[in-house]
Amino acid sequence: MTQLDEIQKRLMREVADLHDIPEGAYNFRANSALAGRNTTANIDIKSKEDKPGIDIIIKEGTKNESVHIPVVLSQSGLKETVYNDFYVGDNSDVLIVAGCGIDNCGTQDSEHDGIHRFFVGKNAKVKYVEKHYGSGDGKGKRILNPVTEVYMDEGSSMEMEMVQIKGVDSTERTTKAELKADAKLVVHERLMTHGEQKALSIYKVDLNGKGSSADIVSRSVARDNSYQKLDMCILGNEECSGHTECDSIIMDNGRILAVPSLEANSVDAMLVHEAAIGKIAGDQLTKLMTLGLTEQEAEEQIINGFLK
Amino acid sequence: MLELKNISFTADNDGEEKEIIKDISLTIDDDKFTVITGPNGGGKSTLAKIIAGIQKPLSGHLFLDGQDITDMSITDRAKAGIGFAFQQPVRFKGLTVLDLLRIASGKTIKVSEACSYLSEVGLCAKDYINREVNSSLSGGELKRIEIATVLARDPKLAVFDEPEAGIDLWSFQNLIRIFENMRKTVSGRSIIVISHQERILNIADEIIVLADGAILKRGPKDVILPEITGTDSAVTSCEMLDKEVRK
Ligand SMILES: Nc1ncnc2c1ncn2[C@@H]1O[C@H](COP(=O)(O)OP(=O)(O)OP(=O)(O)O)[C@@H](O)[C@H]1O
Ligand SMILES: [Mg+2]
Repeated sequence: MTQLDEIQKRLMREVADLHDIPEGAYNFRANSALAGRNTTANIDIKSKEDKPGIDIIIKEGTKNESVHIPVVLSQSGLKETVYNDFYVGDNSDVLIVAGCGIDNCGTQDSEHDGIHRFFVGKNAKVKYVEKHYGSGDGKGKRILNPVTEVYMDEGSSMEMEMVQIKGVDSTERTTKAELKADAKLVVHERLMTHGEQKALSIYKVDLNGKGSSADIVSRSVARDNSYQKLDMCILGNEECSGHTECDSIIMDNGRILAVPSLEANSVDAMLVHEAAIGKIAGDQLTKLMTLGLTEQEAEEQIINGFLK
Repeated sequence: MLELKNISFTADNDGEEKEIIKDISLTIDDDKFTVITGPNGGGKSTLAKIIAGIQKPLSGHLFLDGQDITDMSITDRAKAGIGFAFQQPVRFKGLTVLDLLRIASGKTIKVSEACSYLSEVGLCAKDYINREVNSSLSGGELKRIEIATVLARDPKLAVFDEPEAGIDLWSFQNLIRIFENMRKTVSGRSIIVISHQERILNIADEIIVLADGAILKRGPKDVILPEITGTDSAVTSCEMLDKEVRK
């Protein structure tokens, strides 16, 4: 990480928990340029030739390895679209950590649109962690529009953790998944918006294979004048099970629109949706205040716990 | 020492003001274990909430060790040493038992210390310490965790609102032991327990019978307990209930 400045290093810590160069494969991207790469015997990373982005190729049977591909932007006014494709070999078991941090102290908008595609092989297991973070007090907006596409082969499983807690002014995230037989997708999304921020999160999951399942759980907090739209759609096209849950806390003048949708195209599809939006319960605040916290401290604790 | 002077409380009941606490004055001395009992709807929980600052009295004053706390917030009263275990404990999505015990103790206590509070209320610490205080906990488990938070706070004045409710027979023994322990170790402290259980009444120094928003009886256990466990009290509480119904 020698090529990174202090701001970039701080962003790295926020989005990928990286304090130093990680073990295993990695690809660092800073201000639209390559800032470091490592490949291993089982994991290869290649720059795309026709457009910005990389191909990450994970060999069949690769176990207990990790890939880190953080992106940081610290220059005001940068706009980029990056295409990253992950080819996860059959029977492998890997951790993939992505994430994008933008520091914008300038007056121009900075934007990173990452298009990630995952081709998950038969019986492969992937844990994917993606964090988005913004900082800097310039007038320029910090904009992130990630698109994630997941193609899951038979018996594969993927657990996705998507976090955006701070500092991103505008985001439209789209996640699409197609599952074959016995594939299993679990998504935990945590979202907090404040100020004038706007966040759209759209999921479309096709359960195409027999025995496939998806569980999408979103927890979000909208404070100040921020706005969130949570649009979650699961289609059950075979004997399958799908569950989505939107649980949101609304504060101040925040606004949240939850649009759940389920489409069953097979009599054996079992689909469930739960959604709840509400302010912090008064008795929760009261209880923590009887334990000596101020109302504000109590709020913080409740939200931190909720988004943990 | 806690003093209540002429405390009244009313609540809006379908547009009609209902008097729930009627001009109550009483003193809870230090080193005393006081049990408040009385019929359902008598105003016990309301009085406890007034002490904790969750409800503001319509009139009257509260003093803690001589200091007027009537206008003090819930937070400041907690900091002044008042602890309160809710009759209906609150559930939290995301906060764990350990989080709650840490908040309660006011410092980052070690896991082992947090576990000791759980053991005290008869919960196997390792099974519970990292659990979320959410709807997956049973009523009795939640109730015991609620008691543990007050133990962790170690307040000068602890108020427990029906701590035995929903607690099974075996754990009830344990609960009695907790109060007996607290009772033995109280020094410069006082405990108020709201309860309908004779076995808890039995370990009281003082018993207060609250009915229809007023103190019906109060005095040392030896005097009050025989009165309320005999036919006398049964009649008394039925009379109170009758009166409620007639209103
Ligand atoms: N906010 C309120 N609005 C209307 N009525 C209320 C309110 N709070 C309490 N009450 C009424 O005041 C009375 C006393 O309630 P309280 O909960 O203090 O009784 P309690 O003695 O604790 O009863 P229990 O033994 O059932 O717990 C009840 O009749 C209750 O319905
Ligand atoms: Mg009560």
